[in-house]
Amino acid sequence: MKSPDAFISIRDVGKSYGTFRAIESVSLDIAHGEFFSLLGASGSGKTTLLRMLAGFEGVTSGEIFIDGAPMSDVPPHKRPVNMVFQNYAIFPHLNVAQNVGYGLRRLKLPRARQNEMVDEMLDLVQLGGYGARRAHELSGGQRQRIALARALILKPKVLLLDEPLGALDKQLREQMQVELRRLQRAIGITFVFVTHDQEEALTLSDRIAVMDGGAILQVDSPAALYERPRTRDVAGFIGNMNFLDARVKGMAHGYASLEVDGLGALNLPAEGKQLVEGARVCVAIRPEKLVLHDSLPGGPEKAVQGMIELVTYLGERSHYHVRLPGCAAPLAISFQNSRIKPAHPAQEGRTVWITWTPDALILLERAQK
Amino acid sequence: MKSGTYIKRPNRALQIYACVFLFVLYLPVLFIPLFSFNDSIYVRFPMQGLTTRWYVDLWSRDTVWAALGNSVTVGIWVSVISTGLGVVAARAITRYRIPGQSAILTFALLPLIVPGIIFGVALLVLLSRLGIPLSLYTVGLGHLIICLPFAIATLLPRFEGFERSLDEASADLGENGWWTFWRVTFPMVAPGILASLLLTFTISFDEFIMTFFLSGTDTTLPIYIWSQLRFPQQFPVVLAMSSVILALSFVMVFVALWIGRMGVAREYADDPQ
Repeated sequence: MKSPDAFISIRDVGKSYGTFRAIESVSLDIAHGEFFSLLGASGSGKTTLLRMLAGFEGVTSGEIFIDGAPMSDVPPHKRPVNMVFQNYAIFPHLNVAQNVGYGLRRLKLPRARQNEMVDEMLDLVQLGGYGARRAHELSGGQRQRIALARALILKPKVLLLDEPLGALDKQLREQMQVELRRLQRAIGITFVFVTHDQEEALTLSDRIAVMDGGAILQVDSPAALYERPRTRDVAGFIGNMNFLDARVKGMAHGYASLEVDGLGALNLPAEGKQLVEGARVCVAIRPEKLVLHDSLPGGPEKAVQGMIELVTYLGERSHYHVRLPGCAAPLAISFQNSRIKPAHPAQEGRTVWITWTPDALILLERAQK
Repeated sequence: MKSGTYIKRPNRALQIYACVFLFVLYLPVLFIPLFSFNDSIYVRFPMQGLTTRWYVDLWSRDTVWAALGNSVTVGIWVSVISTGLGVVAARAITRYRIPGQSAILTFALLPLIVPGIIFGVALLVLLSRLGIPLSLYTVGLGHLIICLPFAIATLLPRFEGFERSLDEASADLGENGWWTFWRVTFPMVAPGILASLLLTFTISFDEFIMTFFLSGTDTTLPIYIWSQLRFPQQFPVVLAMSSVILALSFVMVFVALWIGRMGVAREYADDPQ
């Protein structure tokens, strides 16, 4: 599985604290210049994995290679990586320029060259002229840029980011997302980004590893994770998802013939899944892939009837909860308001028809619980 | 309760109490500088007229200066060593999860509570058993026992407020443990170190009981003062010297407090919230 262009290679890495296993055996390859995200809820092991890359946490088993070199015996101050900390860890007793230039001491450069490098970095993060400011005079967004500049000035092979946008308000966060992406393209180094915010991960990343309980559930591009989640956990974690119980009636030519609660008989590609007749499976569908109709549409596609239970107006779109006969939970449907008349509470209780495109349905095996 | 904040409303009775308290506290102390200028060897009113001759007399006494020199020497060594040990202890206590940590901490701070006379007698017995002659070294050892808990107690809050991620950031930027200490830890806890140095110096300078038990032929200033009290004619000189020490102590304690406060204020200012 180790690909030749893997820049960071995590091989069967595990981490235990006493009897508690924080990281199960994890293997992962990250390519050079990739914007790679570790996505998961708190306690999923994503930060532990990042801290192991930085060298702040030892590896209980397995090995981490960066640029081909094993990292087990390399202390943090000798690793070719730099980190942006969650709370930024700006040195409060130093000013902005001293913070950014902190790592330059060991390079033994002339003073003038150091100042030049600091100024370049400050320009790169759009804080030119802020060098003499004290750390406590800065806003959250500015501290974040200082932390970035301080880490990038050493030209690391890998930049590690531990939820760097978590402390910022929504608007600033979106602005910094764009900027991070721009920076990463400009300098072309590998970014490993830890976040619990799935939207942020989708926006920024080339690839995402979804983590839960110290294990990696799926590694894929944002689009693949969103459109083709491989497990129910991943499907539920990324975006909103409707899950419908289904029973396998038969298999033929790579297709599974299913009886789906609320939707009736359907054929879906089995995608290599070995399913036996009578097995209980699950069908997932995104709320925005369902279409609402006032009357039975005339087209060839399958349509089912339901009743609107709840309408929520969200500005750009509206959310509907539609009760289907034979379904335990109502179906969530999301509609762009530009496509229909805005939602109105008076619509609650109305009978509607629902259609979907065939590729909108995702066949998932039920979690072994 | 008219205007103003409920929690800040004035309480006249408490204000008066505070004034009386401070007055009574410092009144006896004020007699010392007052009578050091009295032109009589007896401390009694009315005063016999102002003079500075006790200060002049003080200036010409070599034994006083020898005792003062001893006190300062011991004080500097004790403050430097106890603060150094305090830094190490405070860092260990805040940094590592040590089994029985609170017990160790209590044990380390115990000399704050145990009477100095007990430590003094215990050390005297031990030293004479070991055949170690009493000298300024044994005095310094005794002072160290008393000063170390003060150093730890002064330094602990500084280290407790110290974020671990700052050490990690320094390591991440390529500095090893030693350089991280000098470039991050030390400057950040420096106000605490300075406060600890001043506090422990003052304590060592003042210390009497331990010194009484542990000093040999070289005495420190408090012991010298005490020995002079037997001679009434020496008393005004002692008053003059006490006044000088009083003034210097005040300055030092205020500087120590001011430095400590400055550090805390800066820390709060650094907090974005």
